[in-house]
Amino acid sequence: MKHLLLGDEAIAQGAIDAGLSGVYAYPGTPSTEITEYIQLSEKKQTRGIFCRWATNEKTAMEGALGMSYMGKRALVCMKHVGMNVCADAFMNAAITGVNGGLVVLAADDPSMHSSQNEQDSRFYAKFAMIPCLEPSNQQEAYDMMHYAFDLSESLRTPILMRVTTRMAHSRAVVETMDAPREQNMLAAPENTNHFILLPAFARKNYAELVEAQADFVQTSEESLYNTYTKGSNPEKAILTTGIAYNYLMEVKGENGKVKSESVLKIAQYPLPKALIDQMVADGAKEILVMEEGQPVVEEIIRGMVPSTVAVKGRLTGDLPRMGELTPDSVRKALVGDIVLNSGFQMPEIVVGRPPALCQGCGHRDMYAALNEVAREHENAKIFGDIGCYTLGALSPFHAIHACVEMGASITMAKGAADAGQFPAFAVIGDSTFTHSGMTGLLDCVNSNANVVVLISDNLTTGMTGGQDSAGTGRLEAICCGLGVAPEHVRVVVPLPKNMEEIKQVLREEVAYNGTSVVIARRECIQTLKRHLKAKK
Amino acid sequence: MKRDIILAGVGGQGILSIATVIGDAALNEGLYLKQAEVHGMSQRGGDVQSNLRLSSDPIYSDLIPLQGADIIISLEPMEALRYLPYLKPEGWIVTSSKPFVNIPNYPDIEDILAHVKAVKNHVLVDVEELAKQAGAPAQAANMVLLGAAIPMLDIDYDKIIAGVQRIFSRKGEAVVASNVAAIEAGYKAK
Repeated sequence: MKHLLLGDEAIAQGAIDAGLSGVYAYPGTPSTEITEYIQLSEKKQTRGIFCRWATNEKTAMEGALGMSYMGKRALVCMKHVGMNVCADAFMNAAITGVNGGLVVLAADDPSMHSSQNEQDSRFYAKFAMIPCLEPSNQQEAYDMMHYAFDLSESLRTPILMRVTTRMAHSRAVVETMDAPREQNMLAAPENTNHFILLPAFARKNYAELVEAQADFVQTSEESLYNTYTKGSNPEKAILTTGIAYNYLMEVKGENGKVKSESVLKIAQYPLPKALIDQMVADGAKEILVMEEGQPVVEEIIRGMVPSTVAVKGRLTGDLPRMGELTPDSVRKALVGDIVLNSGFQMPEIVVGRPPALCQGCGHRDMYAALNEVAREHENAKIFGDIGCYTLGALSPFHAIHACVEMGASITMAKGAADAGQFPAFAVIGDSTFTHSGMTGLLDCVNSNANVVVLISDNLTTGMTGGQDSAGTGRLEAICCGLGVAPEHVRVVVPLPKNMEEIKQVLREEVAYNGTSVVIARRECIQTLKRHLKAKK
Repeated sequence: MKRDIILAGVGGQGILSIATVIGDAALNEGLYLKQAEVHGMSQRGGDVQSNLRLSSDPIYSDLIPLQGADIIISLEPMEALRYLPYLKPEGWIVTSSKPFVNIPNYPDIEDILAHVKAVKNHVLVDVEELAKQAGAPAQAANMVLLGAAIPMLDIDYDKIIAGVQRIFSRKGEAVVASNVAAIEAGYKAK
């Protein structure tokens, strides 16, 4: 069957068709649509695939490992920075190995379209010493899910699949199987010692993992996804990874000059040493490395080829050091800049149009009140967090003074208060709070830190499109349970008509010398619109 | 056959629906297709674009190179100009004439329109007005724009209409009819 699918959707359908039993994920651009697709698929036709959102990437990774432990196939999905959150579980899953197939999907965001950095998840695969797959197109992404689960089960290791924004969020026609493979039966591991990482057991596991490296390399060398084509001018060679291959082919198609180089197309790691050796044996004197993200391969390959071979790429300036590749940057590296003769330029009068909080959004009213109260103090500091409300940094609010990573608002406000800052505010969304803010709030409680934590509760995970939020309906109970004094857990409704009340509540909590929480609760207007429409 | 199209607008205006209809018609024609979309933060009222590539031969890159686009279809006139470096020398701009002002420093609309008109091959359409005249709701303004772009797509009018019928049939005959009316209004607008 042929379908027009986003890369993310191809991955999701691929996983379903490979006999998936559970997907574990926290929403994050550009990975969100994978889990959403599986949730929608479950609504249409129940296969009993577990697909409820996890509280964060670490709980997701651990849940998936548990499902794998019981012999079933599990998928974990996240954006690249989610890998940092689940790193402990991820790294140690490489030491335990797997029972049922376990695939970890990391969606990287070079050019930071919707992210705070452009870290490259391939480093994590290398760090954990496990195989990594990087599809070059949507069809390959679909096919590779099946391959990934098989590989995971045959090598007894988690597999990291890495995609980037252009792959995740681009549609193409994908040919799928007619019916999904059966899910695995429930079957606990025969040797549970493998999953008990006492040092004595872990050393044995780690030795096995080290020994398996040669197998992983051989698997890469034999993989259908890694192909080497000797060119008529083999002194020049091009190594592409993932979707970089598409830009090479695009430039080749438009330009007859590029056809003589040898091409090594890589979509599976560890690097296939034999293919690289062959490229050198065929006379490669210069290798241009095209890869999306950080110069991972460009660095590694320098240690794999003789020093007489020139390795070029992002580190040498042949390709841009940062940002995603484009057909234009690849063309420039291959044949030089295009001659622009259309005369079309962007007129100078065209101005930027930054994203903004929606009209009518509760975060707006929350910031309006907070800004007024903050201005009553000479030196208030507001620590922000990750979500739509990060846009409070921009015009017209210019409200927040920091935004680093999930949950940092609370703990940075605490650290600032510890250092002597007064008043110290944290602004965090409901979903981000349950993702990574709760433990920080416990730190605040334990030292009675003088902070005001504003939870801007829109009852959803808004920025990624309105997914369920883990603590909806229970935020007061969670805060009280963590030890915040109940009289300092306040709830307000962020609406213009309540402005005076909200400001008064904030003033009272600033005046309290200790940890307080103010929950500003009003449904996200995007999800509200959807809910009203559904009711009609 | 090969058409590289940049769809532009402001987050929330509905450029992806235009892409969906063209995509459906192209698929039915057996064409290859790639469509890079923007999700995430920019959807909150920021500038958004989508690269839609159609071809009778396999397509590799998800992105259109500089000076590679045959058409810029934009729901907002300033947004059409943002992607001019991607337009081929003989390429077309098909854009709504009505500014979407959600920033304090939006330029003089007359200057914007003058820059659009400076491109030889341009079509300016008051999509909201035409939607209203066609008896279609304001949300169908994007279908008016699609109608105006059909002559440059190299896909027959009837095949686009068939795509609309397939896509909107789930929502009932009235929705199909108003979208078809909107497309027709745009198609005849020239």
